[in-house]
Amino acid sequence: MSIQDYSAKQLRDAIASGAVTSVAATAAIFQQIDKLQPSVGAYITTFKDRALASAGEVDRKIAAGEPVGPLAGVPIAIKDNMCTDFGPTTCASKVLESFSAPYNAHVVEQLTAADAVIVGKANMDEFAMGSSTENSGLQKTVNPWDATRVPGGSSGGSAAAVAAKMCYGALGSDTGGSIRQPAGFCGVVGLKPTYGRVSRYGLVAFGSSLDQIGPMTADVTDAALMLNVIAGHDERDSTSLGPDIAPACDYLADIDKPVEGLKIAVATRFNALADEQVQAAIAQALDVYTKLGAEIVEVDMPHFDYAVAAYYVIATAEASSNLARYDGVHYGHRTEKPNDYVEVYSKSREEAFGQEVKRRIMLGTYALSSGYYDAYYLKALKVRNLIRGDFTSVFEKADCIVMPVSPTTAFKIGEKTADPLQMYVADIYTIAANLAGIPGISIPAGFDNDNLPIGLQILTPAFTEAKLLRIAKMLENQTNHHKKHPE
Amino acid sequence: MAKKIDETQVRKVAKLARLQLDDAEVAQFSTDLSSIVEYIEKLNELDTDSVEPLAHCLPVHNVFRDDVVKPSLTVEQVLANAPQRADDFFKVPKILDDNSGA
Repeated sequence: MSIQDYSAKQLRDAIASGAVTSVAATAAIFQQIDKLQPSVGAYITTFKDRALASAGEVDRKIAAGEPVGPLAGVPIAIKDNMCTDFGPTTCASKVLESFSAPYNAHVVEQLTAADAVIVGKANMDEFAMGSSTENSGLQKTVNPWDATRVPGGSSGGSAAAVAAKMCYGALGSDTGGSIRQPAGFCGVVGLKPTYGRVSRYGLVAFGSSLDQIGPMTADVTDAALMLNVIAGHDERDSTSLGPDIAPACDYLADIDKPVEGLKIAVATRFNALADEQVQAAIAQALDVYTKLGAEIVEVDMPHFDYAVAAYYVIATAEASSNLARYDGVHYGHRTEKPNDYVEVYSKSREEAFGQEVKRRIMLGTYALSSGYYDAYYLKALKVRNLIRGDFTSVFEKADCIVMPVSPTTAFKIGEKTADPLQMYVADIYTIAANLAGIPGISIPAGFDNDNLPIGLQILTPAFTEAKLLRIAKMLENQTNHHKKHPE
Repeated sequence: MAKKIDETQVRKVAKLARLQLDDAEVAQFSTDLSSIVEYIEKLNELDTDSVEPLAHCLPVHNVFRDDVVKPSLTVEQVLANAPQRADDFFKVPKILDDNSGA
């Protein structure tokens, strides 16, 4: 097996044992980046010199017998909406094209403390608003499986980088499916942790009650390894939960232990909204679980049909408020010649925000404006409660619920850009987990007739990521989908 | 058919959002927002009179910390990304008229 085929954990172990050096692994990653970045476009920024220096320092520590962290020497990518005090943090927006953050996000500190090697910042939909990475204001990313197709979004650069082996793992962020959907489209593993599990300090805010950072990796074990590094309490994010509610946990410890007496909920009516090939892959996966002794429990999710509508009110309302900070005054783009101080705001914002970001700011502002607040925003928050209630009922009957990640496999570039509503509605399977704050994972579940990856999603109750990962690993152990890679 | 959100409303919302949209965008957003809001109105199919709104999912409410002074960013760090600066200040166009009496 070549070094390129190692998982993050295998590489970590090989580096720790002295079998390979981090410098060699990092140099190999940059060879791959040099080869594929022009066609795939996964990264906005790369840090070759810095990464090789970090790798050299890890190799030195290991040679000297010094203790090293759990990701020692492993090249990792970060979505470009997480602040780094080195290089730009752009959110793929012209607003922040030349913005350099003065501090590191909590997750960047955690990766650094774990001795990971940070390779670069990955492309995304501008301010994480989108499902295809076509809304990036800076560059294009394509799906490594088919260059005519989107990688998904908004963490499309992170997913493409993992799939194309331009890193050994990546961080994404997920507000309505932005980790799980691109993971599904690119045939990798994507984990959205419970809201509050990972600190959002230094994550550029989109929908603050929905955003969560999580790992995107080659397999389930690597997701557990990376979650170990990034999870935990951080007082700088008041929504990051302490050990009283979210006790620290070693997600790797029991990863290979199957869940005994596993009960899997399935909402057949809801799953039937997906393409036939997607449905077939889900059915096959459920057969695997059944053979392992799991029991399938049919459930109804009566309010799921309303999740997309509730989400696009809540997320845009929060976004319109969060993005008010881009006013051209303290940082970010400022218009050249404002006629008055109002134009500093209104022209700067007009010039630098992309169409989808403007559309969402407009929608959110409308939903919060006088006379419409009760009808839209308050109504959506009430429906959010009903959707959470649906999950509560399901988890009284089953350990998890299994469904597609998206109704289709990766769609063609340009296919959905003309109709924003069509793009929104395709988020149907991922959005509910964000509204309910629960964890979800996307794992490879097969390929369609065009050889495009199909993703399967598993959702479990809040703060049960350890069990979620074990359930995912049960399927992965029986299949080889995650071992297939784009050519 | 009249649009759910006409161009006058789009201009009003754009002003609230401080977005100086051009005419083409106003027309486009009138179309886009109308179809999205029509879709969102399916929420009205649900009776939510007895349902509490859920703003976030955490079992925590107020989170306090001790009121102690801690290190913060330096002035240079804070101003490093300023579009325009004058000495230790962010520079912006004049906000008040010369004859406003302020």
